[in-house]
Amino acid sequence: MMLIPCPWCGPRGQIEFVHGGDASLRRPEPDAPMAQWVDYVYLRDNPCGPSEELWYHAMGCRSWFRLRRDTRTHDIAASAPLREPPAGEAQRDDRDESKP
Amino acid sequence: MQRYSVFSLLGHALRGRDDWPLAWRSPEPKKRYDVVIVGGGGHGLATAYYLAKEHGIRDVAVLEKGAIGLGNTGRNTTIVRSNYHLDPNAHFYEHSLKLWEGLSQELNFNVMYSPRGVLNLVHTPQDADAAMRRGNAMRLNGIDARFLARDEIARWIPELDCSADARFPILGGLLQPRGGTVRHDAVAWGYARAADALGVDILQQCEVTGIRVERRAIAGVRTTLGDIATDRLGIAVAGWSSRVAAMAGIRLPIESYPLQAMVSEPVKPVLHTVVTSGAVHFYVSQSDRGELVMGGDLDFHSSYAQRGNLPRIQDVVSACVALFPSFGRLRLMRTWGGVMDMTMDGSPIIAKLPLKGLYMTGGWCYGGFKATPASGWTLAWTIAHDEPHPLNAAFTLERFASGATIDEKGAGPNPWAH
Repeated sequence: MMLIPCPWCGPRGQIEFVHGGDASLRRPEPDAPMAQWVDYVYLRDNPCGPSEELWYHAMGCRSWFRLRRDTRTHDIAASAPLREPPAGEAQRDDRDESKP
Repeated sequence: MQRYSVFSLLGHALRGRDDWPLAWRSPEPKKRYDVVIVGGGGHGLATAYYLAKEHGIRDVAVLEKGAIGLGNTGRNTTIVRSNYHLDPNAHFYEHSLKLWEGLSQELNFNVMYSPRGVLNLVHTPQDADAAMRRGNAMRLNGIDARFLARDEIARWIPELDCSADARFPILGGLLQPRGGTVRHDAVAWGYARAADALGVDILQQCEVTGIRVERRAIAGVRTTLGDIATDRLGIAVAGWSSRVAAMAGIRLPIESYPLQAMVSEPVKPVLHTVVTSGAVHFYVSQSDRGELVMGGDLDFHSSYAQRGNLPRIQDVVSACVALFPSFGRLRLMRTWGGVMDMTMDGSPIIAKLPLKGLYMTGGWCYGGFKATPASGWTLAWTIAHDEPHPLNAAFTLERFASGATIDEKGAGPNPWAH
């Protein structure tokens, strides 16, 4: 099975975790146009290849974290706490510090 | 195409059996077709067949990046049924089941439709309430449904553990007698042969790498075998729907997840119906080769790898052995996986896409095999008329934005939960 590197607990078997979906989603403001809400709730990139995902260590430390994993090969490149990008990703100057 | 019959069989047997014509051609791609279908699985091939047969549109190409029928069409657990609760699904899948019933005759190819019944086991009083409600909805829609008591099930399926101290006690079950199994490979080959005979070009090892759009309308595709022009393009690529739609700049409410399936070693006939359990999400039947064909839940993470991992295999086998203790003696022979295009309401998209000349059938989640005939039939109609047929009118891309979702499980916009 996949060994998933929890940022706090280290590599653990995939059965300890829950997949939390696409990490690139950004929740719109409540008064944002409906099209943005439809996009956020329903539409997905669904990438084939390197992908940023949210995972939850349900049977461990019960923390959420980000994982960069390849959806074609299941290779895992890196994991990181929510507020930090996984190692190797450049910091963007306009990153909003108040959102994960 | 030479028709299969007892006479042609005898004729070839007497002549030494080595001059059967190939079941379909391998033509050179033309520069242009009236209609191009991307995806050479059951749905794409069925679409091409019905375009030619029902609508007289024969200048059609089916583009398949590998060999036909080796995607989900070759990887499913062969179950066909129409035991759905919600009206659009009930009518659609029932149309499909009626097509299954006559398909071997229609295609002159034995798809081995076996109406051996599909039994949904019930383990709690709440399961029973839900099953009764769904069974009544089926009957109101003219679809066959019967509720079986535990004793009836115990007599009918002796290997099933119906005892009081079973791991998953059985209270009864909802049976669709006309449901059953179909030989999945035969579906791809049967539709391919019949479509080819009507003039459809099947182009294998032809991967679409881009979609050409001119003046906001489909102009053609780029492929590994060159450019092909068309103004009508149908997408039938299941787990790869998001990738192909993205070539036209369209995002879909779909995420791709692995679904595994597995077979035991072959044994003499021991299970003569399809048994499913919602409680442990497990389904099993016995193929005509004697293998127990089993499946269960998705692996719950996105994937295009066409494989899952051991934990889910353990879950499926555990459920099998808990329900059928004697099957624990069998050896597991083979496991594999496919890529499921899971939608945000668990129901498919068979629709015109928001680009002139672009159509798709996809978002089949893990239930696409039983839909194969109706999916092809309705997509062919939609392409031929540039409007959906009443049977697929509800399965639009726009239903998510408008709130008209078709959510059998009531699980909301969580693709993995359907």
